[in-house]
Amino acid sequence: MSKLGIIINGLIKENPTFVLLLGMCPTLGTTSSAINGMSMGLATMAVLICSNFVISCIKNLIPDKVHIPCYIVVIAGFVTVVQLLIKAYAPAVDEKLGLFIPLIVVNCIVLGRAESFAAKNTPIDSACDGIGIGLGFTCALTLIGLCRELLGAGTAFGFAVYPEQFGALTFVLAPGAFITLGFLVAIFNKLTAKK
Amino acid sequence: MSYIIMIITAIFVNNIVLAQFLGICPFLGVSKKVDTAGWMGMAVLFVMLIATLVTYPIYYGLLVPYGLGFMQTIIYILVIAALVQMVEIILKKTMPALYSALGVFLPLITTNCTILGVAINVINFEYNLAESVVYSIATALGFTLAMILFAGIREQLAITDKPKAMEGTPIALITAGLLAMAFMGFSGVDKGLSTAFGL
Repeated sequence: MSKLGIIINGLIKENPTFVLLLGMCPTLGTTSSAINGMSMGLATMAVLICSNFVISCIKNLIPDKVHIPCYIVVIAGFVTVVQLLIKAYAPAVDEKLGLFIPLIVVNCIVLGRAESFAAKNTPIDSACDGIGIGLGFTCALTLIGLCRELLGAGTAFGFAVYPEQFGALTFVLAPGAFITLGFLVAIFNKLTAKK
Repeated sequence: MSYIIMIITAIFVNNIVLAQFLGICPFLGVSKKVDTAGWMGMAVLFVMLIATLVTYPIYYGLLVPYGLGFMQTIIYILVIAALVQMVEIILKKTMPALYSALGVFLPLITTNCTILGVAINVINFEYNLAESVVYSIATALGFTLAMILFAGIREQLAITDKPKAMEGTPIALITAGLLAMAFMGFSGVDKGLSTAFGL
């Protein structure tokens, strides 16, 4: 498979949110606005690319019996790096995402890709897979955030589209997250079933 | 009194699944039957309590004095992974009945964000040890409650007719949304209680 093929595969065919349904906690928890969803997606993508690349480089050095703990340490290391960088350079993002940044460690997407892709492919291919899956995740989170923001607060990426008092606040709050994702997955199912 | 308010807040007002979005994977994954959902809840209660009891002294006894606070995420995930393995081995030897009941769920709990989330939260909220224990138990009870309620609804949902594209996860997510809406009715209860008891 070509490098571009791997990226597109992660973006559409194996979209982590709509097809694989992995990493639901940040998907629901951080998408109260498009910007929040996008920052979470980008943070996860950074961890994914680095961890995929490193794990693929060291896959032959790790004894098979302890490979999961080793992967987790690599992932936790990169999560800490990303966490400290966000705290230092984007404190506003850190405040919004809060607990969900350290929780990237237990995001099943990251460990899942390490196990199913990086452990079997070359470092460069694995990094491409990280980009593809990361982009798929970012796009999905931005889309969910955009829907919730538009329906709930009447804004898109912070710009007012219609007056706020006409928005249904529920969509910014917890129930809206579940309902929006439910409908988006249903639409995605419908579209892919036709082909 | 403040403990009772804390318990009510953690179970109903700030329910870990329906208001804080932690532990969604087991919430969607193992909620097809009421009794498995209940066992999963118990397994989480067990591990969450032990994990909090172990990570709390590690943070204040080891990481803070040596200025290693930034290592929190790495240390915690390793401790929790080791802990789950250990609990599994001990249970297998001492309580085989409980082990076979929880068996499948124990390894899953390592990657359950509720455990790591609660362990980090008690540090962020600056709770003392007693408060941390109460908080972790109450949070796990809230998780169990949400699991059992959701599983009950899903058992009924399985035998109904629904549009093809909605089958499986989409309808489950929308159901969870309605459940979250019901739990939103509790918002403000914690503040009301604090005022009522003059805290």
